[in-house]
Amino acid sequence: MSETNLMTINMGPQHPATHGVLRLLLELDGEVVVSVVPHIGYLHRGLEKLAESMTYPQALTLTDRMDYTSGFSNNLSYCLAVEKLLGIEIPKRAQYLRVMLAELQRIAAHLLWLGTHALDLGAMTALFYTFREREEIIEAMELVTGARLTPSFVRIGGLAADIPESFLPRVRAFIASFPGHVDEYETLLTENIIWKKRTRGIAPLSGAECIGYGVTGPPLRASGVNYDVRKAYPYSSYEEFDFSVPLGTSGDVYDRYLVRLQEMRQSLRIVAQAADRLPDGPVAADLPTVVPPAKDAVGKDLAALIRHFKLMEEGFAPPAGEVYSSIESSKGELGFYLISDGTNKPFRMRVRTPSFANLGALPRMIVGEMIADVVAAVGSIDIVLGEIDR
Amino acid sequence: MDSRAVAELLRERFPAAVRSVEEFRGETTVTIDRTALRGVMRFLKEDPAARYDLLVDMAGVDCGDGAPRLMVVYLLNSLSHTNRLRVKTGVAEGAEVDTVSDLWQGAEWLEREVYDMFGVRFAGHPDLRRILLTEEFVGHPLRKEFPLAGHEFDKPVDLCAEEETGYTRDV
Repeated sequence: MSETNLMTINMGPQHPATHGVLRLLLELDGEVVVSVVPHIGYLHRGLEKLAESMTYPQALTLTDRMDYTSGFSNNLSYCLAVEKLLGIEIPKRAQYLRVMLAELQRIAAHLLWLGTHALDLGAMTALFYTFREREEIIEAMELVTGARLTPSFVRIGGLAADIPESFLPRVRAFIASFPGHVDEYETLLTENIIWKKRTRGIAPLSGAECIGYGVTGPPLRASGVNYDVRKAYPYSSYEEFDFSVPLGTSGDVYDRYLVRLQEMRQSLRIVAQAADRLPDGPVAADLPTVVPPAKDAVGKDLAALIRHFKLMEEGFAPPAGEVYSSIESSKGELGFYLISDGTNKPFRMRVRTPSFANLGALPRMIVGEMIADVVAAVGSIDIVLGEIDR
Repeated sequence: MDSRAVAELLRERFPAAVRSVEEFRGETTVTIDRTALRGVMRFLKEDPAARYDLLVDMAGVDCGDGAPRLMVVYLLNSLSHTNRLRVKTGVAEGAEVDTVSDLWQGAEWLEREVYDMFGVRFAGHPDLRRILLTEEFVGHPLRKEFPLAGHEFDKPVDLCAEEETGYTRDV
């Protein structure tokens, strides 16, 4: 008579391969995963509750603390939602700069993912390459926004400031050098036999399963479903840019890797187009009730000083109503659902974060797989616990 | 078919269930009677004219003094028709909402979060327990009456009781 001994182990919450404070309660039969219960919430800060106590401009700073690998995209999604609520249009130059910086941020987030994902699977070299290029982007971000990770640079009605003169030459240099660097990563991994053995056919999801779980972003497209918010519901003038949406076929860890690599090349195309066609003009809408006055005016003009003070203190009150607005962040569909009751604070702010839905499909991915592949699966969906727990 | 046409279709098919249809900033919101929710959601997912195959998000809303007290909001997206529809249903204090986790597996976690944050119970949910907060947590923090700083904010959290571990902290 055979006897089965199941072993229960805790992976995390303090485990380097869970990319944050994720705890997986794994039940194992030998090395095979029989069941898994993910425990989340260790990083819960109650951002949705906090937002209800803040004015609309104040709540912006909460958003880049969710997905801290792409703070700029979080800011963008929030501001687009508030702008939709207000029913305002912002200048073309601001839209193009938003696109350019959001795509640079996507590349930086993918580089962080690639380096750590490869590191998890034992390919240490890739990390040193990807962090070299990521640093270039982060420094360019710092040049524009003054911050490396939490810029809060997108503002309701436009951007906080225009770009400095030295920014575009820097971006052009990056555009020239980066394709060669992506080739380098591919040399390290794409045809690497160990990499392929660790990733091919591991933790696959079909397109239908992805849709059922609400999985979006690269994992969804790796399963062959062509859904990208930038194409389906264009925002910030994305319809004026020429780029393609890379798709996979098998939906396994390897295809998720290939899709993200191709996405970096596509993002670079968008950055190049935005840099070439960047329109002149202001970077914030001419809306005195929403956009604060320029800093030098505050020092010289009493009316501007009063307006600045009132905006910082009281914010503004959008009309009563509710909107949902989303963007394609590096991890999937990132959306904000805002309800306004006509006062200066959101009545309800709900954040739809891609990592939350993507992690929900993890049990479906790893039950029946080996425990060593759990690390590959968790890495391949590119989760950030900051936006799962909020 | 766009979301406005789907809303009209719902009015035809479920005249008793549709409470209201609203348009704001190009978005359509349909308010559905709670008891008819399951049938409407199944129709929205499976009917070829609607085909809302992706449940993007679910949100609870505390309406404060409003009647009914709470709202559960479903945000649907049709990948084939490329449009979004918002479905809302009112939930009185203590009432249960039918689960949709068998239609969209992703709803399992989303419903757990609505339960965790608002205390709305979902009938037929396979595993309804808190998701972000601990099981011992008292209250539902996104309700309007819950204090922003939480209950007993100043009380130190004793994660490891001393008598259990025999370990004394240096303070």
